Amino acid sequence: MSVTENGLLERDKDTMTLNMGPSHPSTHGVFRAILEMDGEVVGSAKPDIGYLHTGIEKTSEAKRYSHVIPMTDRLDYLNPPGNNLAFCLSTEKLLGIKIPLRSQYLRVIHCELARIASHLVWLATHALDIGAMTVFLYCWREREEILDLNEEISGVRMMTSYIRVGGVAKDATEDWLRGVRKFVDHFASKVDEYEQLLTRNPIWLDRTEGVGVMDRASAINYGMSGPALRASGVDFDFRKKRPYSGYGNFEFNVPTRTEGDVYARYLVRVEEMRESREILVQALRDLPTGEYKNPNSKVSLPDRDKLKSSMEVLIHHFKLASEGFTVPKGETYVPIEGPRGEVGFYIVSDGSNIPYRVKLRAPSFMAIPGMCKMMEGSFIADVVAVIGSIDIVMGEVDR
Amino acid sequence: MIDGIFQFIDENTYLLLGIIKAVVIASALLGVVPLLVWLERRLMGRFQVRLGPNRVGPYGLGQPISDSIKLLFKESIIQNSADKFLFHLAPVVVVFTAIVSFAVIPMTGPFELFGEKMGLWASNINSGILFVFAISGMGIYGMVLAGLSSNNKYSLMGGLRSSAQMISYELTLGLAALCVIVHTGSLNLVDMVERQNSWPNALNLLNPPLMIAFVLFFIAGIAETNRAPFDLPEAEQELVAGFHTEYTGMKFAMFFMGEYINMVTMSALITLMFLGGWNTYILPDWAIIGFVAFAFKVSFLLCVFIWLRSTFPRIRYDRLMTFGWKFLLPIAIVNLFLEAAIRVI
Repeated sequence: MSVTENGLLERDKDTMTLNMGPSHPSTHGVFRAILEMDGEVVGSAKPDIGYLHTGIEKTSEAKRYSHVIPMTDRLDYLNPPGNNLAFCLSTEKLLGIKIPLRSQYLRVIHCELARIASHLVWLATHALDIGAMTVFLYCWREREEILDLNEEISGVRMMTSYIRVGGVAKDATEDWLRGVRKFVDHFASKVDEYEQLLTRNPIWLDRTEGVGVMDRASAINYGMSGPALRASGVDFDFRKKRPYSGYGNFEFNVPTRTEGDVYARYLVRVEEMRESREILVQALRDLPTGEYKNPNSKVSLPDRDKLKSSMEVLIHHFKLASEGFTVPKGETYVPIEGPRGEVGFYIVSDGSNIPYRVKLRAPSFMAIPGMCKMMEGSFIADVVAVIGSIDIVMGEVDR
Repeated sequence: MIDGIFQFIDENTYLLLGIIKAVVIASALLGVVPLLVWLERRLMGRFQVRLGPNRVGPYGLGQPISDSIKLLFKESIIQNSADKFLFHLAPVVVVFTAIVSFAVIPMTGPFELFGEKMGLWASNINSGILFVFAISGMGIYGMVLAGLSSNNKYSLMGGLRSSAQMISYELTLGLAALCVIVHTGSLNLVDMVERQNSWPNALNLLNPPLMIAFVLFFIAGIAETNRAPFDLPEAEQELVAGFHTEYTGMKFAMFFMGEYINMVTMSALITLMFLGGWNTYILPDWAIIGFVAFAFKVSFLLCVFIWLRSTFPRIRYDRLMTFGWKFLLPIAIVNLFLEAAIRVI
């Protein structure tokens, strides 16, 4: 296509422009790809984003730190605890406060559950995109259990906001931990079940092997992160390389592949589910006793049952609830490993109780150029497979 | 007056009988569609750890009826850019060809009723199997026309895919059927079944070349009826809904009806050609038992269709073509020669 003098588009090739999205069954939300098609083959792919713009980053500049947390849930809506954690870690770094060990472990349990849930949604939709309907509902069955656990501990199924600045919202009960243990016990066999349906299925192999290949160098150059990066042969995981929230205490492997195709990304993610389960097993075994949040009442809300007996507690509660805490002047960024890759909030504080600027490093957003690169030269059916394998979430792309 | 009517009936018995048969079989076939939709949804539910429809009527049997009532009363939307005539014609072609191709399918052996020799088929023509292929081949027009007239890129691609797919797979289908024709020496479907009515000739399936032909015919049959894993023309995740993206209400339902009737026809053909039709081999040779046996075999095959759909991912378009032309077709040709050689010897 080229633009003529009178501003009209002129065809110079015999191609068809196909607007895939923003409302299309498998662009995972409102992603729009402008595909230049030559028959069934994609010539070039241009991304178009912004259909889900929520203005969360801007809104954060008018809200107290503790009020930003529920909004971070809505960014990557498949991984709310990860977003909470990333925001809290940055804020805590600015505040310079220590987090009790039990609270760190609870955060890890919550995040790994969310990682499994997120990967389950990915596997479900990815398989459905390629046409395997049954895996979709199998994954949903296990995700339901995680959502029930979320509801039990935080009162909300998806947007938990369980992780708070200074710790977590509520201590885990024995009952809840038993529930997690029960889930962990039978989850490994469920992963086997999914693999039985897909991993050696000739049609699945046919659809995924050698599709959407990205080599090591371009994966780094395009700024891919998370499973997409590891599937291209880069052994990089923030949980290992820069442990945060006590991830250094756990023993787990970082699955990597070198093929860099859709199948490699599939294998990496499935393996990650097993590793997350490993982490959960260890976290449940070693869960220390003690405080579940920083006892500093200037930052974290005091216990509610002391509210009616202690003057001091009441004052702290009132101060925190009405104006929040102030954060020292400065700026910081703490990356964490989300299910889709590096998640981090760059926070600039002007010393008040409201962040001056909040910037999210969203892995889905960073992956879009690379994803469109992968689409070029592939079939239209592969476009769907590629989008599914990168696992974009439009909530964090168009924040 | 009454004498005149009787005289008319006497003079045109075969014509009237034909019309009655056609009406009965066509309406029975249309009645099977909701049942099949129900069966598919219930069975898929079981495969996918969920319940499936269970609210309307006993076991959710009323669900397809309420669905069709809903579809009947829906507003029929036609976009301005569509070619109105072809847009209306396409679903009619699909349903028409689907029903007509069932006309030559015999559902049980010949029997005597009121002293008349008759059979449970609309028509028993000598080139029955060719008739089925010819008419179901026409059904492609419905999909291509739907794709073209919708003036939608997804529909266009769906329509093109369907024509390419059906032409490719019809060859394999025909060659596999030719094996059976060589084996039985007849194009007539009733004859084909009657050749399988006793040991050692029972069940064409048991002859080695026909066993391969059975597998080929089954695979090509799935592709021919646009069922998963070969449901590329309507690949929901890539092409939204393929050739029927722009269709609403009853016109949309007609495409569905066509697909399900084709499924029944294909299962019936496989039953007649490979599974011994209405022969039970152990039970007495009554027409009613024959019909039940035939229905049982057809339902079994339909369940296999549904089972495949819930298990397999979708094949990619280029692989489908490669698979059809480079894998199935050579096997079908070699297999046909093998069968012919065995016949000659």
